[in-house]
Amino acid sequence: MTGTRKFEFTRRNFLISSAAVGGGLALGLRLPPFGPAVVRAADGSPEITVWVVIRPDNTTAIRVVRAEMGQGTLTGLAQLVAEELDCDWNKVSIEYPTPGESVARKRAWGEFSTGGSRGIRQSNEYVRKGGAAARMMLVQAAADEWKVPASECTASNSVITHKGSGRKTTYGKVAEAAARLPQPKDVPLKDPKTWKIAGKPLKRLDTAKKVDGTMIYGMDLKMPGMLNAAIKECPVFGGKVKSFDANQVSGMTGVKKVVQVGDNAVAVVADTWWHAKTALEQLSINWDEGPNAKISSADIAAVLKEGLSAEQAFVGNQAGGDVKAALAGASKKVEAVYAYPFQNHACMEPMNATVRWTPERCEMWGPTQNGEGAFAQVLAASGLAADKVDVHNVMLGGGFGRRGTYPDDYVTQAVLIAKQMPGTPIKMIWSREEDMAHGRYHPVMQCKLTGGLDASGNLTGLHMRLSGQSILAAVRPEVVQAQKGRDPLSFQGVFESGEHSLTYSVPNLLVDHAMRNTHVPPGFWRGVNINQNAVFIESFMDELAEAAGQDPLEFRRKLLGNSPRALGVLNAVAEKIGWSKPAPKGVYRGLAQMKAFDSFVAAACEISVKDGNKVKVHRIVAATDPGYAVNPAQIERQVAGSFVYGLSALFFQECTVKDGRVEQTNFHQYNSMRIAQMPKVETILMPTGGPVWGGIGEPTICVAAPAVMNAYAKATGKRIRSVPLKNYGIELV
Amino acid sequence: MRLTINGKSQDVDVDPTTPLLWVIRENVGLTGTKYGCGVAQCGACTVHVNGLPVRSCSVPVSAVSGAKITTIEGLASGKTLHKVQKAWLDHDVPQCGYCQSGMIMAVAALLKTNPKPSDADIDAAITNICRCGTFQQVREAIHMAAKVA
Repeated sequence: MTGTRKFEFTRRNFLISSAAVGGGLALGLRLPPFGPAVVRAADGSPEITVWVVIRPDNTTAIRVVRAEMGQGTLTGLAQLVAEELDCDWNKVSIEYPTPGESVARKRAWGEFSTGGSRGIRQSNEYVRKGGAAARMMLVQAAADEWKVPASECTASNSVITHKGSGRKTTYGKVAEAAARLPQPKDVPLKDPKTWKIAGKPLKRLDTAKKVDGTMIYGMDLKMPGMLNAAIKECPVFGGKVKSFDANQVSGMTGVKKVVQVGDNAVAVVADTWWHAKTALEQLSINWDEGPNAKISSADIAAVLKEGLSAEQAFVGNQAGGDVKAALAGASKKVEAVYAYPFQNHACMEPMNATVRWTPERCEMWGPTQNGEGAFAQVLAASGLAADKVDVHNVMLGGGFGRRGTYPDDYVTQAVLIAKQMPGTPIKMIWSREEDMAHGRYHPVMQCKLTGGLDASGNLTGLHMRLSGQSILAAVRPEVVQAQKGRDPLSFQGVFESGEHSLTYSVPNLLVDHAMRNTHVPPGFWRGVNINQNAVFIESFMDELAEAAGQDPLEFRRKLLGNSPRALGVLNAVAEKIGWSKPAPKGVYRGLAQMKAFDSFVAAACEISVKDGNKVKVHRIVAATDPGYAVNPAQIERQVAGSFVYGLSALFFQECTVKDGRVEQTNFHQYNSMRIAQMPKVETILMPTGGPVWGGIGEPTICVAAPAVMNAYAKATGKRIRSVPLKNYGIELV
Repeated sequence: MRLTINGKSQDVDVDPTTPLLWVIRENVGLTGTKYGCGVAQCGACTVHVNGLPVRSCSVPVSAVSGAKITTIEGLASGKTLHKVQKAWLDHDVPQCGYCQSGMIMAVAALLKTNPKPSDADIDAAITNICRCGTFQQVREAIHMAAKVA
């Protein structure tokens, strides 16, 4: 029961028989007048719907196009299809259609992009329908054979039974006939309360190969005649290659070619990557470092600081009232300035891509969170037509948003190298140092919060001014243009409505953003803008509570009257951590809550602090209400892991800029939590249903930092207002 | 140079300063051992040299000539998984899995010298980086494996 991937130069998963070749084969369109058409998988087995292939041996291949990077989406999506299909879970394997195949079939599989915690929440309905429709067709085929009404037949574990006669057949036996039936239009879905496969803590489908070294990541690809490339891009963002002398290294062991890549990078191609990297290090490259060559973190901070009091700012949330008047009339005013740094994703597997280019065909094999985005980049860089290009995704050694689609990134580079060596597969691997130098960094942001309390300590007004970088302005400028310069994503977690809305009801509220972009390229970093916005708002809530002389839990509860699900997760963590009872001696508690990606999350923690700076996080209770839970065991793992990612960011991680470039080069300067520092995480999974499915991979990260920051303030009386804590001499022990 | 990897002795024609990691991956062709940092920080490249855990990215191949090297591919006995691999599988430890070869090798080496490690022992011995954050499951699975004789 493991996923299989093939890496042939020309992979054709789908052999299409009948007159209806080409378009029109997508879900719901495979109907007469063209007559029965059967689409076949590579092994000749019939496709029932685009999501389901049934093999003659009664095994099932389920198609997945969202990228698996550890978050478990592969298993979860397969559970949803299998649930509706009523197939035998022990006979399920996974197939991965390529973007090229999808393009050729009018995007039969929909969105490939895997970010924004969308994998399950935004494809659950159509993949479930793909499974349910296939079941209906298989049952109909059996009923047709027995000449009985389909309504008298039931399906379970890939076996169809006729109730009256007790006759039985298998999916494998009726698959050919089922594939020839028209796809039903009306496809009812099961009530999640009746789920037997989905909703259960089933084992992942991809573990076996991850414990014996046989899982193939992009880094591990091997192809006949393949060469390896090491690359160096101008360390100053926006800089260009001025000159280099290839002869300097062309005689070194294994070196085959030295090539310029675009206008800003140089690559050495060699027999092994080690030879390529060694030669690249010996090559002196003259850079035109351009206009950004002198910029430092202090310069960037100064620009952001100016934005905190700038006249003009884009409004993201103005939920009625008059915030100026409310703050002017407040009996107590609280003000604080917070800051969040650039951070690198630091995926365990550095960026890489393997490309083979000929004038007739260009294919990329490698890790991407967005197969279609990578397809578009290969298309553009290769100079070939869409039917001559394809992308083959592999297991990702971490993604966290880094392997989404960014302009002029690693996929484009690999194509530009391969193009200079037609016919030779080129595996381009970034060194860790290159990965640190050319991230797509968590955006840098500052925030000034001003809150007004009335005489009874009620929050009457809140102004949250963000100043800093926009991801969308760099990555999807068209979205920002359409909103007249505003980046809606900046307001994640503090928006007035939608999947990232602020859960608190504040009578007079204004959240605005002075956009201050930098030359450092920003990217979607697991959780994206909820990370800093949660640090800002959830730390400040504790500051307000303290100013009001109130318990931070009670203070929040009063503001959550209109958000019962937020109140639900907050109460759940408060109860489990024992908020109403005194903490053990020397132990201090903090909490935080947030809504993001349509899930409600909260965390409460217990910490102790030794010598004023050695923080031990003993215990974290985390609650999640994602609406629906497809695999509780995997959710528990995502939640626990979120604290590793979130607390590593809080304590250790900052990319500083000097002379226009990032200073940190490797994990010794950009630390990540180890097992000794890992707190015990107790997960409360409390899905409350409803019309909207929430995400899992990202939301919890954002409550990790503010919960611990609030506990730290309790423990020491010192409020820290910027990340990372190492800048204050604070250690995680 | 002659290397003994997973019980198999073979000649490799490489510069003696080449890190063991890259010899294993590119010359011997075993890709289960991973490159993560190249500076002995992350542990993704952990292999056993004469039974001891070693970060192969920072060991020149010349230093291990004649030694007994075991990679993740050689940890199982034939088709029988090592008890650490078995615990990892039973407890669904890996997420992306990229660091797990190194993690498993580090844990297997720990259990060899300390069959029933305490949490403190684990904290001291296991210093590998996992960005997905599997540590809670890693700890639980170590204790599971330690119960197996």
